[in-house]
Amino acid sequence: MLEYKMPSLGADMASGSLREWRVKPGDRIKKGDIIAEIETQKGIIEIEVFEDGVIGELLVKVDELVPVGTSMATILTEEEAAGKRPAPAEAPREEKPAEAPAPAGSTTETLPHHIRASPLARRIAEEKGIDIATIQGTGPEGAILREDVEHAIAAQAAPAAGKAAVEHAAVPEEVTPEKPAPPVAEEKPIPAAATAQSIRMAVAAAMSKSNREVPHYYLETKIDMSKALAWLADTNGQRPVKERLLPAVLLIKAVAKALNDVPALNAWWENGLQLKESIHIGYVVALRTGGIMVPAIHDTDTKSVEELMLALNDLIPRARALRLRSSELADSTITVTSLGEGGVETVYGVIYPPQVALVGFGGITEQPWSENGMLTVRPVLTATLAADHRASDGSTGSRFLTAIKNYLQQPEKL
Amino acid sequence: MTQEEIKQALVQRLKSIAPDTEPGQLQPDDNIRQTLGIDSFDYLQFIVALDEQFGIETPEEDYGRIQTMRELTDYIAARVKS
Amino acid sequence: MPGQLITYRECIKQAIREALQADERVFIMGEDVGRYGGAFAVSKNLLQEFGPERIMDTPLSEAGFVGAGIGAALGGMRPIVEVMTVNFSLLALDQIANNAATLLHMSGGQFNVPLVIRMSSGVGRQLAAQHSHSWEPLFAHLPGLRILSVGTHEDARYMLAPALADPDPVIIFEYTSMLNLEKELPDSAESIEISKAKVRRAGKDISIITYGTGVYKALEAATELAAAGIDAEVVDLRVLRPLDEETIVASVAKTNRAFLVEDASRSVSVSSEVSARIMERCFYDLDAPVQRLCGAEVPIPYPKHLEDASVPQPAQIVTAIKTLLQHA
Repeated sequence: MLEYKMPSLGADMASGSLREWRVKPGDRIKKGDIIAEIETQKGIIEIEVFEDGVIGELLVKVDELVPVGTSMATILTEEEAAGKRPAPAEAPREEKPAEAPAPAGSTTETLPHHIRASPLARRIAEEKGIDIATIQGTGPEGAILREDVEHAIAAQAAPAAGKAAVEHAAVPEEVTPEKPAPPVAEEKPIPAAATAQSIRMAVAAAMSKSNREVPHYYLETKIDMSKALAWLADTNGQRPVKERLLPAVLLIKAVAKALNDVPALNAWWENGLQLKESIHIGYVVALRTGGIMVPAIHDTDTKSVEELMLALNDLIPRARALRLRSSELADSTITVTSLGEGGVETVYGVIYPPQVALVGFGGITEQPWSENGMLTVRPVLTATLAADHRASDGSTGSRFLTAIKNYLQQPEKL
Repeated sequence: MTQEEIKQALVQRLKSIAPDTEPGQLQPDDNIRQTLGIDSFDYLQFIVALDEQFGIETPEEDYGRIQTMRELTDYIAARVKS
Repeated sequence: MPGQLITYRECIKQAIREALQADERVFIMGEDVGRYGGAFAVSKNLLQEFGPERIMDTPLSEAGFVGAGIGAALGGMRPIVEVMTVNFSLLALDQIANNAATLLHMSGGQFNVPLVIRMSSGVGRQLAAQHSHSWEPLFAHLPGLRILSVGTHEDARYMLAPALADPDPVIIFEYTSMLNLEKELPDSAESIEISKAKVRRAGKDISIITYGTGVYKALEAATELAAAGIDAEVVDLRVLRPLDEETIVASVAKTNRAFLVEDASRSVSVSSEVSARIMERCFYDLDAPVQRLCGAEVPIPYPKHLEDASVPQPAQIVTAIKTLLQHA
């Protein structure tokens, strides 16, 4: 049996409120199925499961606000579900929790709130990347003290450190015990409604964390876009306007291909560097009301430019309507922001943790360009890289930007 | 279809793309994208939607020529009639 | 006089004599300081040595002679005004709070008031609720004053000189219960900074932060705690206003625990303020809640056993800290 937990859709998410269950106990589910809608600071998000199986119990009620990491449902294997079948009477109708155990009661052990720990213990645990919820407290009333954390650190040093890091990737990275406990009584929880202000706060939290914790370095290069634009004009000339390609897809594709060459930047920094196998580029979508959404374009490198354009056609309107799926919010392995249309030439970005790089594209402007001793005018794009110096060094970043530049000289091959 | 009707249709669509703006107050020669702050993606969607609404097809070579209210209404009016 | 024992009273007296000898602008005034030799015999025989112009008996009017002291200070003298006990000082509170503490400010920086007021304070001699209170927190609340608390023989001997050198009003709290206490004085007359708290005993497990009569109690408790394997640091605040936050912060950052001790009653006390500063500056260094042992919330009682019960005792400090650290 597995527990499906409230997912963390970014470093800035502390809790979510259940809006709707899309499944009921006994339903067969496949990896990638949407099982519920939750409301977060970033809008209503469809959340997906990561395993095949059968829904066991639903542990969270509609409108309930629960912290990240709270068990929301149990997922059974086929065998477990089969074993359970003969006695269906014991769980007649899970949706009406009249006699069913209260969700809070059955999940207290996994709730990250109510942890008694000294401020010092919390600080050390955070510095060492240890989930304080896993530590046994020996202080007054079970409080976790420095000594307990130090014991936990010593104990953890023994097993493979890599394993702990992998576990952490799946589990929310930030324990937020300061958050109030979800009300067990009938008290109406305040749903985390997405408003311009809540999105602003979500961006603020993520960017503050980034600027506080991530040592950024910046590289910049100018790219001659004449070949890319000529190719675009040519290919768009042969297409109906509906299938028109925007320059952004070439940029996104070039970044994806460059990441194949320089995989060190396709990574998360969480208890050390974790390289990501798949390339999911997060593309920054500015909201007219302020704030940004950064949906992931899944497996960017395997998509053709046409498929990328279709993906943008799908993602951008949903991002603007605050209707993204959980994987789209949580999976990005790098961010691309293209601010050029406002007229700026250069973008120095702030990395979205736990990612380790952000590529910024400015506007394409005509500029004097010298090549082979000749001076001419070319459409020029400034590309910047903001990268996490814990995860990579300037030479890596330089190879990456150069790769992007080279790919954009052969647009037909993108 | 009159120029005024086309203009009304444009204003309505622009309002849905950029609800925080007043497209009705666009001057004939204002650049629509720049004045209302519409990005290339939304502008493309806008043109695609207009094509569907008016049953026309905007080819690539015309795409860059329809940037103002006047250009756009004239362009659509000419095509709808022909 | 290394190795020799000396009373707290004698330390204060030597300090006063030295000040009178060093600077002819210095004089002492107060009730019974001259012919009677001081209510607690601190200024005994000084009249004979320095004469009535420098050892000046005053009428029983705290408002009057504290006010006169302020006037003398403004006029260029360096008066040491003795107020017999802290209880009586309230009669002069208007002079202290509204004149001494504010004149520099209200004159736009023109008039310093180089006045030193000494007062006896605290329990210990069954002088009951008329004479025995610990009202350091009342005075430590007032901007414009420097408040010193003499918790050791060393400070009794060496704090007066820097207090007199301060161009602004300084109030020195001395403790009746310690007058007859004999200790060794450190060899050298080291100069004392009256802006700094002092670590009286270094330790790593917990910071006992205290002042006045709490200092020797804390040191006694620390010795007993050491036998139980607990290494306590004792911080003597010495300066109750302005507080030396850096010394407090450094100590708590090192030991991760703070235990505050004072004779003054707990509500709105010096330890209230120290606790707040620790929260502001050291929250993420704390491995346990800040705890306090303070005076009972009562007017000081007359009977000996009740007087003892009204203020913290070393055994209580030991017990409380052992309880606090039982899990460590």
